[in-house]
Amino acid sequence: MSDEGPAETVKQVSGTGVPVRGNDIDTDQIIPARFMKVVTFDGLGEFAFFDVRFDDDDNPKEHPFNEDHFQGASVLTVNSNFGCGSSREHAPQALMRWGIDAIVGESFAEIFAGNCLALGIPTVTASQEDVEALQDFIDEHPDEEIEVDVVNEEVRYGDTTIDAEVDDAQRRALVDGVWDTTALMGANADTVRETAESLPYTDV
Amino acid sequence: MSENTLYDKVWDRHEVTELPTGQSQLFVGLHLIHEVTSPQAFGMLKERDLDVAYPERTYATVDHIVPTADQSRPYSDDAAEEMMSELEENVRAANIDFADPTTGRQGIVHVVGPEQGLTQPGMTIVCGDSHTATHGAFGALAFGIGTSQIRDVLATGCVAMEKQKVRRIEVTGELDDGVTPKDVILQVIRKLGTDGGVGYVYEYGGEAIRHMDMAGRMSICNMSIEGGARAGYVNPDETTYEYLEGRDRVPDGEEFEELKRYWESIASDADAEYDDVVEIDGDDLEPTVTWGTTPGQGIGISEEIPAPEDLPADKEDSARAAQEHMDVEPGDTMAGYPIDVAFLGSCTNARLPDLREAAEVVKGHEVHDSVRAMVVPGSQRVKAAAEAEGLDEVFEEAGFDWRGAGCSMCLGMNEDQLVGDERCASSSNRNFVGRQGSKDGRTVLMSPPMVAAAAVTGEVTDVRELERFEEVRA
Ligand code: SF4
Repeated sequence: MSDEGPAETVKQVSGTGVPVRGNDIDTDQIIPARFMKVVTFDGLGEFAFFDVRFDDDDNPKEHPFNEDHFQGASVLTVNSNFGCGSSREHAPQALMRWGIDAIVGESFAEIFAGNCLALGIPTVTASQEDVEALQDFIDEHPDEEIEVDVVNEEVRYGDTTIDAEVDDAQRRALVDGVWDTTALMGANADTVRETAESLPYTDV
Repeated sequence: MSENTLYDKVWDRHEVTELPTGQSQLFVGLHLIHEVTSPQAFGMLKERDLDVAYPERTYATVDHIVPTADQSRPYSDDAAEEMMSELEENVRAANIDFADPTTGRQGIVHVVGPEQGLTQPGMTIVCGDSHTATHGAFGALAFGIGTSQIRDVLATGCVAMEKQKVRRIEVTGELDDGVTPKDVILQVIRKLGTDGGVGYVYEYGGEAIRHMDMAGRMSICNMSIEGGARAGYVNPDETTYEYLEGRDRVPDGEEFEELKRYWESIASDADAEYDDVVEIDGDDLEPTVTWGTTPGQGIGISEEIPAPEDLPADKEDSARAAQEHMDVEPGDTMAGYPIDVAFLGSCTNARLPDLREAAEVVKGHEVHDSVRAMVVPGSQRVKAAAEAEGLDEVFEEAGFDWRGAGCSMCLGMNEDQLVGDERCASSSNRNFVGRQGSKDGRTVLMSPPMVAAAAVTGEVTDVRELERFEEVRA
């Protein structure tokens, strides 16, 4: 995946999981502001969750992103209101560059979910019960595949299938591969001019 | 679905077409950019060999990384200098107006837009910054967007969005002395939750909002995002038009009257339908402060900090962790919580009226020995206007540091940061762990007069009781 704006489709993501528990995990936790003093997104992966992963002397603390058996995981599981706070795309960029390809959670902050979509990362929601059961499963089976099925709105693991929800626009964008909004909207340039000219404030 | 609301009307006027994703393509009336979220978007544009479609509808400033003490170039922080140079280059190449510090117009993007009259009712406004919601105070639809969307807007003048529901928040009654718009919004977030607004745009109205000046309405709309709503707005009225008349980017004479007719036409109708309505009694509110690490963890100054087990089950764990981080006990009030730093600034509360109100409290007092206090005006213009009134002297005489304009300690991307586990009385909008530059730092959100009172007493203090407090202590 590159900054170019992905053109492929994302119908299903599978990989091992990593649980990051807690409600209201904000973007300042996902990527502290001091790591945003950059003009590209390259290299942000190592700073994902930095302040909760390392102490003042940069020694690793207890955090799933530090644990050996979660290295290589690509399905992040979270609880409610994940990604609240700022609009920084640095947050999903850091997660993506750490290795995350899909996120399953109880609920997501809207701008965060939108930013994920722009990177082709599905943000799939499920009930609190189901998400917690999935997180427990991952803790016990860090090597098992988790399948996030965007088309059928399901998450499968072991012999369990849970109902998940994917926002309509997100599902269409991912499944049909029509998420290059720059190209989509760029094609309507003439209509855009007409709309612009019809507005009373544009000609003053 | 909502009907005949400002949201519906402005949306319809700006909708270009429906996209195959089911989203609407919306024309963007004003695109504000700053140094943190735009460089990657310009990079993407270059990769695709695309130009900026509507440079004349785009406006740039620099706020997050600017030093607020020594602003001479090159900045002493290399990373900050690199971001600034990158922005300068991008805006020059694209021919975008740039309010850099040499223009006297620089400041926090959400302070600069309104004060120059760029922000107007009935516009769609976007910026790669979640507090873009601030501009809704003028009856604009204003949304924070991510970097890929910034690329979209630069390249096409449009943003792809799904329509949301509209919740009317009716603030009735009259606010007591010492109670400010900041207290209103902290209580709204407490009541509806930090995720209560997901899927909604908030329309604020009612008697208390009607009587508020534009700065107050901006403080409220600003924190819509802390309540989970992507945007918030207030219907434009005479207060709005009066504020706008005579501003740099607002036309005058017949053109003004013509625009005003448009502004009046897009306000929500009396028979508008909402997806939800919530009422807040403004008569009941008192100065409000946060005890925890999300903006929803707020209480009135006389109220007790809740026990985690008394909160809804899904809030219990985060409340416990927050209380440990903040070092507060259930059953106590926040009054008396010791303060090391007082920060008066940010796009929530660093406009001229905010500084005036705080100065009023500070007058005749001194900053407490144990407190380092700073005022960071929201823009160079706010700073100049405050100095013309002598507010800088009031603050400096009391022992405040009077600094240059920028985001500063709101997020600690420049040198203004909390150190270690310092406790900060802050007029900003986020008390997340690590937000003010130190991961052990502790932030208590409050209104500007309350920050001033805390600076003076060295602890969280009910501003209405400041005089009495001082007497007791003396
Ligand atoms: S003042 Fe704070 S909230 Fe406002 S734009 Fe700057 S960093 Fe963001």
